[in-house]
Amino acid sequence: MQIPNSIDAVQEMLGAQGYVCGRALGTVVYLSLTLGRPLFLEGEAGVGKTEIAKALAAGLNRRLIRLQCYEGLDASSAVYEWNFPAQMVAIRTAEAGGGADRDALQRELFGPDYLIERPLLQAMRPDDRGAPVLLIDELDRTDEPFEAFLLEALSDFQVTIPELGTIAAPEPPVVIVTSNRTREVHDALKRRCLYHWVDYPDFDREMAILHARAPEAAAALSREVVAFVQQLRTEDLFKKPGVAETIDWAKCLLALDAIDLSPEVIADTLGAILKYQDDIARLQGSEAARLLDQARASLEPA
Amino acid sequence: MAEYAPLDLPADPKLTANITHFARALRKAGLPAGPGRVVDAIRAVQAAGFTGKRDFYWTLHACFVNRPEHRAVFAQIFRLYWRDPRFLEHMMAALLPAVRGVQEDRAAKPAEKRAAEALLDGVERDLPDQPEPDTEGTGIEIDASLTMSAEERLRALDFEQMSTDEIAQAKRMLARLQLPVKPIPSRRAAPSLTGHRIDWRRTLRGSMRQGGELHDIALRRPRPRWPNLVALCDISGSMSQYSRVILHFLHAVSNARGAGWARVHAFTFGTRLTNITRHLAQRDVDAALAAAGAEAQDWEGGTRIGACLHAFNRDWSRRVMGQGAVVLLITDGLDRDDPDMLSREMERLHLSARRLIWVNPLLRWEGFAPRARGIAAMLPHVDSFRAGHSVATLEDLAAMISRTDDAGEKARLLATL
Repeated sequence: MQIPNSIDAVQEMLGAQGYVCGRALGTVVYLSLTLGRPLFLEGEAGVGKTEIAKALAAGLNRRLIRLQCYEGLDASSAVYEWNFPAQMVAIRTAEAGGGADRDALQRELFGPDYLIERPLLQAMRPDDRGAPVLLIDELDRTDEPFEAFLLEALSDFQVTIPELGTIAAPEPPVVIVTSNRTREVHDALKRRCLYHWVDYPDFDREMAILHARAPEAAAALSREVVAFVQQLRTEDLFKKPGVAETIDWAKCLLALDAIDLSPEVIADTLGAILKYQDDIARLQGSEAARLLDQARASLEPA
Repeated sequence: MAEYAPLDLPADPKLTANITHFARALRKAGLPAGPGRVVDAIRAVQAAGFTGKRDFYWTLHACFVNRPEHRAVFAQIFRLYWRDPRFLEHMMAALLPAVRGVQEDRAAKPAEKRAAEALLDGVERDLPDQPEPDTEGTGIEIDASLTMSAEERLRALDFEQMSTDEIAQAKRMLARLQLPVKPIPSRRAAPSLTGHRIDWRRTLRGSMRQGGELHDIALRRPRPRWPNLVALCDISGSMSQYSRVILHFLHAVSNARGAGWARVHAFTFGTRLTNITRHLAQRDVDAALAAAGAEAQDWEGGTRIGACLHAFNRDWSRRVMGQGAVVLLITDGLDRDDPDMLSREMERLHLSARRLIWVNPLLRWEGFAPRARGIAAMLPHVDSFRAGHSVATLEDLAAMISRTDDAGEKARLLATL
């Protein structure tokens, strides 16, 4: 599929994949697609940073290549690795056959047959369906050397393999970089990307998201759930619930056959929205009932 | 020093002397202006001529400055030495040892003070002597000074009782001090002769050079990495003298490349929390501290440790401690907030830190007991509790910082609770 030709088209395309996307996010996604620049998304956990890459890949009908970052990620796990056992077998076979041509053997051993492609290299390869979507997830978990290594890949869309030379992408992949901000990512990398801070959605958008993701939830329950979560986010919590938690919670409530919220139901299912003991302890007792009342009050005029 | 030649300088001998003097002033302020450079500078000035002040400035600049952080110092010294003799008098006044607590409020530009000190060093000053420090409660240290050498004495002396000269000396001693830290294993591997994992990539490449023969197995082992340091420094009124010196110390630590510590994050707090990490990265210490001071609006105000720790836990903890940081908490623990909240925030801080070390200048008092509510609330949640009121105690801190079993005075004080 061709890339959308307007911001509205982007929103529409993502919406068709069940990703409800605000105007601001739609704009940066559109810019990223038209300008061919990587998109750097930061935000709290569970606001839909990773989801957008999946929705984009599905919407554009492109391949999704995911590079999950972790501390100690290095070039051999991110770009390429040689298939050493196969190379060893090939060497031994050549020896057993006798009189192997050394140059030919070397060419063969360090050729495409023995190359294991990792996500970054895969993303540089041409694809019938068009350049793939490359998701570099949770970049803040890597160490700084890897971040520096990415600079070449993200600005020139090429990687270098000593034995094969430089491999450049015929068409730049659509790159989405996400970060939870457990540390600051270097300016040099941010400068090569379009930046967007993904925030918690407002009431209407969260309703739309919940409707798209958990359509089986009754409207009345959804409204209470979203209102309660929105109210919860205004509290001083160590970790505020993300959109993913809202969806999880709605599904939990459905599984329990709850038709509306009550302090008891909330107390039983708090683990689905709050993930820190401190936060859960805060909501014990009358606190949950108070929040529920406030949430219902905010729904009144509607 | 008596003559301050205007810019239409006379011919050679005087010029040579002047440039030499100028270079000496630069050297005192910390610029590497050696004799070779003086010769270069004289030649350069002769070659360039005196067509304008600007040319003259940049000619000397080209000869004496080779690092960006020296530019400010050079500019100040140039201004003092070549341009405005009367300015020196002004600086003399600025150098009057300030009576403690009545700091002069004229905003000194970065490097200005250092420039003036470099120029005026050794000049007979017609000034009253430094007032005797407040000796209440410090008899032991004053007595001990009779038997110690000057540096030893300074080591043990409380920052609060130091004169401006002594503070300067102490700052120099602290700038040399490092916080050596043990590296921790990372998940990244590096080639090694004695590793225990096989590096197939290098092994195969090596065997290719041998025509496919496997001679050596290349090995790799985890590459060590250095932990981050997060410093939370109390700048409230009761801590002001200590926090100034300790910020000086932190500046030295954060700029000591290759001495351990992958990153140093620094925060100040009093009534609110301020991140001064970026300011500490400025190479000139005066400029860095001036910028940090301008950013933190709450110098010498009250203390709300609980609220500030709460702000840190909420906004910064995950960002700066994600990779396991050692936390230095520098405060006297005198806090009037709710002790329950303080205790809760300390626990949270402790849970997210690799190690939490509390540096408390109050520990200097003989028989210090954690009677204040704030201290009692914080103490159970630290890994180590150490004094930090003198060069010697900070040296001890440096020696102990990478020991994971060191608890400092924590056990003794917990017993008195």
